[in-house]
Amino acid sequence: MFDDSSIIVGLEIGTSKVCAVVGEQGADGVLNIIGLGQARSRGVRKGEVADTAQAEEDVRNAIVEAEQMADVEIRNVYLGVTGGHIRGFNNRGVHPVVSADREISEDDVQDVIKNAKAINLPTENNVVHAIRQHFFVDGQDGVTNPVGMLGSRLEVDVHVVHGNTNRLQNAIRLVKGLQLEVDEIVFNGLASSLALLTGEQKELGALVIDIGGGTTDYVVYAGGVIRHTGVLAVGGDHVSNDLAYGLKVPLSRAEKLKLEHGSALLDEKIKGQTVTITNELGLPLKTVNVEHLQRIMSLRLEEIFQLIAQDLEQAGLYDFLRAGVFLGGGGTRIPHIAKLAEHVLQMPVSIGQTNSISGLKSALDQPEFFTAIGLVKFGSFKTGKRAGKPSLASGFKNTLRRFMQRP
Amino acid sequence: MKTKTQSPAAMLEPTGMRAARIIGVGSAGVSLLEVMNREEFTGASFVAVNTDATSLAGSTVALKIHLETKLLRGLGTGGDPERGRAIAEEQFATLKTACEGTDVIFIVAGLGGGAGSGITPVLARAARETGALVLAFVTLPFVCEGNRRQQQAQQSLEQLRAVADGVICLPCQKTFKLIDENTSVLDTFRITGELLVEGVRGVWRLLTRPGLIQIHFDDLCALVRSRHSESAFASVEASGPARSREVVEKLLNHPLLEEGRVLAESDAVLVSMVGGKELTMAEVNRVMEQINRHCEHAKVIMGATVDEAMKAHLSVTVIAAKQTGALPAVESLDNKSEFVECADTSASRMVRGRRVAADHGDGASQSGFSLEQREQALARHNSGRARKAVAKMRQAQLPLAIISKGRFDKSEPTIHKGEDLDIPTYIRRGVALN
Repeated sequence: MFDDSSIIVGLEIGTSKVCAVVGEQGADGVLNIIGLGQARSRGVRKGEVADTAQAEEDVRNAIVEAEQMADVEIRNVYLGVTGGHIRGFNNRGVHPVVSADREISEDDVQDVIKNAKAINLPTENNVVHAIRQHFFVDGQDGVTNPVGMLGSRLEVDVHVVHGNTNRLQNAIRLVKGLQLEVDEIVFNGLASSLALLTGEQKELGALVIDIGGGTTDYVVYAGGVIRHTGVLAVGGDHVSNDLAYGLKVPLSRAEKLKLEHGSALLDEKIKGQTVTITNELGLPLKTVNVEHLQRIMSLRLEEIFQLIAQDLEQAGLYDFLRAGVFLGGGGTRIPHIAKLAEHVLQMPVSIGQTNSISGLKSALDQPEFFTAIGLVKFGSFKTGKRAGKPSLASGFKNTLRRFMQRP
Repeated sequence: MKTKTQSPAAMLEPTGMRAARIIGVGSAGVSLLEVMNREEFTGASFVAVNTDATSLAGSTVALKIHLETKLLRGLGTGGDPERGRAIAEEQFATLKTACEGTDVIFIVAGLGGGAGSGITPVLARAARETGALVLAFVTLPFVCEGNRRQQQAQQSLEQLRAVADGVICLPCQKTFKLIDENTSVLDTFRITGELLVEGVRGVWRLLTRPGLIQIHFDDLCALVRSRHSESAFASVEASGPARSREVVEKLLNHPLLEEGRVLAESDAVLVSMVGGKELTMAEVNRVMEQINRHCEHAKVIMGATVDEAMKAHLSVTVIAAKQTGALPAVESLDNKSEFVECADTSASRMVRGRRVAADHGDGASQSGFSLEQREQALARHNSGRARKAVAKMRQAQLPLAIISKGRFDKSEPTIHKGEDLDIPTYIRRGVALN
């Protein structure tokens, strides 16, 4: 084929770091991570590009590092996107089966999905994902693959994730400016959930919360399908900012204090304990009360979980989460965060693990990389599907179609 | 000079339950009484008070009190609250008799005009002297009605607040959200009236129906007293199995609550729920949980009552009151003198008046007004002419502290249900660090 499809690259342009993960899909379909590159991100706020020049440089650094490590040349990436403008909702598409024998064909399925995607979105918005949930054949619930079934009316529920076109384009253009092709854009929360959840957990119902630097993305699975997605444009950056404001220290210092003394819950021991900030010569500058520090943090993190809990309650999804809650993202490094989440959400909470991918194990099982790994996994699903049609003609058709679809 | 009845007290026998009286003052108040559905207010007696004979003639209320002196030559007050006030003072005894023999008095009026703004505070005072609890429902004029009416209304509101146990006021301007381009003037006034009546009805139900969770009248008064120059209320109804969820949804989408933003900003919220016999605790809980979540900073008072006539319907009335921070100093000085003026009757009120007056005194000194400005303000109060000249001088309210958003100063704010999430949580929740 035209491109080396066994190499899949996931690129996440995050608020605190840019991360590129290179995966290799073997002939047997096993996904192996062979490279990882990251760079500190400076041009991103709340998950969206704010300074193109700096972000571009950071992306280039991360890509170069990943290329060196994996010893491949990266040409295509799956790009993760997030931001407060991204929303998700459920929609239903209907399609009458017109063929004489009432047998549902592949074309009918394509049509019904197309109908479900035709939604009344504001003109400036664009669909990022339309993920099919269930089919209904003549009102019969729970059909996963209707091809070959008999029926007169085919319906499908899809979960649509959409976002502001211009703001999505910002990230895409940035990557294209580096002579990289964007295979597809993927919502970060979806990517994280792919990396964290096993099929069984998706079936049971699970909530994945990815607490990043600028945003907190969450995805709810129930009955094996995505039921709800959401983005809260609040993340670790906000915690640092709160500390800088509340403790009256510079932002960089607040960041450091967060890492050294931060906690999601107030320790009993730290009551009245103080930390002295020193300058580079070791002279004391300021004394900071650790209790205040942790209280500010705790309140902010508590609020994040509360907002998510409210959203889920409104969506009526609370009772579906039987596998519990899984946390990802750099925010999970905060001590006791799972305990706090458990307290707010009233559900078992654990920090997620990427046990569904092999290679570079120790380096990978870190919550910061879940999204990028998920992107690779998303890519492997796509290429896996493509591999099913090996003929050159259809391959060309596919490439052409992808080319046409690209905005 | 004359009342149109032989003996007001005789006509107003308390009729079971809690004897209550609803008094409409001024043309607006009188017409609002017409809007009210009498059936719903069983046990209440209605009184219409006005200076204008034509408005009273159109009213179907049993007891009408026509305030009239030679001074007015049958022309009403001509939009001057001073006249309304003078005539009401003159007829103080009549008003007092009209208020006698009842526990609770609701006063309904539109402030801004002569009769409404002038008479209402005096009437409230008369009502209090009879020992009844006084709750006033008033509207403030539309902005387009002009500055003068606006100011008269504000002034009257302040006076009213000093004497009534509770004031719930609805700025008409808010109803603009309920109307569209094509709504006629008539309809607009009707909508405003209905809104106010809805509020009265909500409170009425609260106080009269047997309560699962009772709200005491005192609670209500404590909530609405000395609060808000603006309160928002919304009343919604729903039925069916998902009614509790539906009610909350409707409430949050209610234009007067500005998508729940008002709830987030208010510091006192009263929730009255009325349902049929099968109203369950779980439903009450569900509704309250959602409301509580939207007004975390507020003191929430709730009541749930059962009314068999509701059947499967569930109706929720919310009154949200916002503390208006420091009042403009000029106004508060005005009030001070008002307070002294009218704090000469009952002992209990004197204590209250003094306390409030003292508060206002503090407020004035804090706001750093110079002596000259005070004198000016007092002079403004004393002479009618001077008032108009200085009336435009209003001090704007300044925010207490500017909260810097630091890193997010220039980025797009993250607004979630009216809250700016970029501001540190501990500040929004008012957690003190020391």
